[in-house]
Amino acid sequence: MKIALSIPCFIEEFYPEVADSAIKLMRKLGIEFEIPKGQTCCGQPLANSGYEHKAIGAYHHYVKTFGDYEQTLMISGSCSYHIKEHYDVIEQTGKVIRLRKNIRDLTEYIMSVYIGKLPKVHFPHKVALHTGCHSLRGMRFGVSSELGIPTKSFLTSLVEHIEDIEIITLDRPDECCGFGGTFSVYYDEISVRMGSDKLDDAVSKGVEVLVSNDMSCLMHLDGIIKKRNLPLKVRHIMQVLNGDKL
Amino acid sequence: MEVDFKNKSRDFVSDVQRSKWHDTALWFVRSKRDVAVMNVDNWEELRNQASNIKEHCISNLDKYLIEFEANAKKNGVYIHWAIDGDEHNEIVGKILKSHNIKKLVKSKSMLTEECELNPYLEKQGIEVIDTDLGERIIQMRNETPSHIVLPAIHIKKEEVSELFAEKWNTEKGNNDPEYLTYQARMSLRKDFLSADAALTGVNFAIAETGEVVVCTNEGNADLGVNITNLQIHSMGLEKVIPKRKHLGVFTRMLARSATGQAITVYTSHFKKPKLQGEMHVIIVDNGRSERLKKDYFWTSLKCIRCGACMNTCPIYRRSGGHSYGYTIPGPIGAILTPNIDLKKYSDLPFASTLCGSCSDVCPVKIDIHNQLYKWRQEIGKNNVLPKTKSVAMGIAGKILEKPKLFKFVFKIGRITLKILPDFIIYNKWNNWGKARTMPEIKKRKNDKQRKNIGKY
Repeated sequence: MKIALSIPCFIEEFYPEVADSAIKLMRKLGIEFEIPKGQTCCGQPLANSGYEHKAIGAYHHYVKTFGDYEQTLMISGSCSYHIKEHYDVIEQTGKVIRLRKNIRDLTEYIMSVYIGKLPKVHFPHKVALHTGCHSLRGMRFGVSSELGIPTKSFLTSLVEHIEDIEIITLDRPDECCGFGGTFSVYYDEISVRMGSDKLDDAVSKGVEVLVSNDMSCLMHLDGIIKKRNLPLKVRHIMQVLNGDKL
Repeated sequence: MEVDFKNKSRDFVSDVQRSKWHDTALWFVRSKRDVAVMNVDNWEELRNQASNIKEHCISNLDKYLIEFEANAKKNGVYIHWAIDGDEHNEIVGKILKSHNIKKLVKSKSMLTEECELNPYLEKQGIEVIDTDLGERIIQMRNETPSHIVLPAIHIKKEEVSELFAEKWNTEKGNNDPEYLTYQARMSLRKDFLSADAALTGVNFAIAETGEVVVCTNEGNADLGVNITNLQIHSMGLEKVIPKRKHLGVFTRMLARSATGQAITVYTSHFKKPKLQGEMHVIIVDNGRSERLKKDYFWTSLKCIRCGACMNTCPIYRRSGGHSYGYTIPGPIGAILTPNIDLKKYSDLPFASTLCGSCSDVCPVKIDIHNQLYKWRQEIGKNNVLPKTKSVAMGIAGKILEKPKLFKFVFKIGRITLKILPDFIIYNKWNNWGKARTMPEIKKRKNDKQRKNIGKY
């Protein structure tokens, strides 16, 4: 099967080390894949701002870049959700249909296919897990706390086996971190408060690292951590699974 | 005037203590709701049923409203139809005038808030007393509700104490909730006994029997209706359900979703006028049938006004209901208001991270966050946002189509962010940077280097 790795624009520019860890882990797992050239952005920031009609070009470019692959794996729950959910506004050619059907968040893919085969790693830290809202409520990778059945983060099953990891549950484990794409800039005060509340809870529980499958949530939280000098770090789950040191 | 959510919510959240208290109070309600919902076997199935019944009713309003009207008339009830808020108010005014009513007691009704009934009646010289405690408090403060179920959730007990001391001469500085509630009860009793008409909202109207159902915790609807001879019930036209047997689905969900109670303390069925009494039901459209015509957005009519989406919304909890500038705030308000005036309320659909918690908590499964996304597109397409934003988005769109240009833009960014001193990067126009550091633009490995990562 021809697999493509899709690296979100902000990871490429701000967190290339996350992409590198993902690549390393994929190679350890024996996943054969290509990284198509000319990757830009899925267009979500425009669409979430109400300018879907100006993102159509970006959509077509994404389809052009990834449309020939049977499977696209993206290092982001949120971006892959956007493509699945909101690429319905362009003409539904065979390529578009296949892309929307087969695009997956890399983390979820690894969990589904490689859960028992992950490399043995050691991560002796107190960790709080944060599933991006689009992964949780958009694609149902876990069970959200609203549904009247016990909540479960899909990330838990991925990290449980890691040596010496201590998983700490936050008071509001699946409350949004406050990023929300352009929301974080339009309504920055509310956005920062949401993030700060989560971080305060983490600090009070002695958490050392926040781990997520969405680097965008972490980018926002990390900005607050650094500004406030909080004793916390953020890591993408690919870095943890790959065995990167803190 | 456009609603300025940005500035209002900033003011609210800047009062750190108060906004944290507000957030905690509402999260407590959300948590109570979670426990109540967990105790129901197969909550999800109940949600599906509720959603299906509501979709069916809304798709067959013509049938069920007519059936309701016919059966209510058989029971001796007067039915009125109001196309909008003004007509609703005129009808209420006329009924009251024909009976020479001087004082009206009201139980909670978001519809009459929506129609702005109180100021209309007061202008006619009629005294209106809101009898729901929260509503009474905000009425005495000349405010609007900040939440549809907990209208005075933004007010602290100390402020209630001050208000009562000022208006009713109660003991200053006594903040004991029991004491304050007792004082309110004493004052309201007098109002009930001196009123000559009662008006309530309607939670459900049953087509099969022609009765209306009102859910309250304080029993104030019952007291008003049973003390006076003239009773008026105002309902939005979406409130009708087919049969009594469908009611159970909703009464099981309404209180659990709203406050975490298994059921409201009072679930009152009003079917016929009392002996020598008169009963009126006013069925109000006020934009609802326009909404029904809309392809995607019509399902917002399923709303049973439980307020769960407000309690769960991380933005609402930190912004306060008044920031939304409409009777119905929060996520549901943000998808209702653009129907009324796209430009005026254009801020509201953006007051969300699209986290989807509102849709998951909604007992009738309105996909609120998807509707927020779709309203954003309507707002973007209809050019009601500032020109600067639309031009910027157009340029951004072009950049994303062209990988070379995209790379170039980030390269420029990389260089400028490195060269520029912090005071230029962290300025008042940089909303990201006020309380967050900027992520650093890093140089990534080139494709050749990447080919070799992880190869041993």
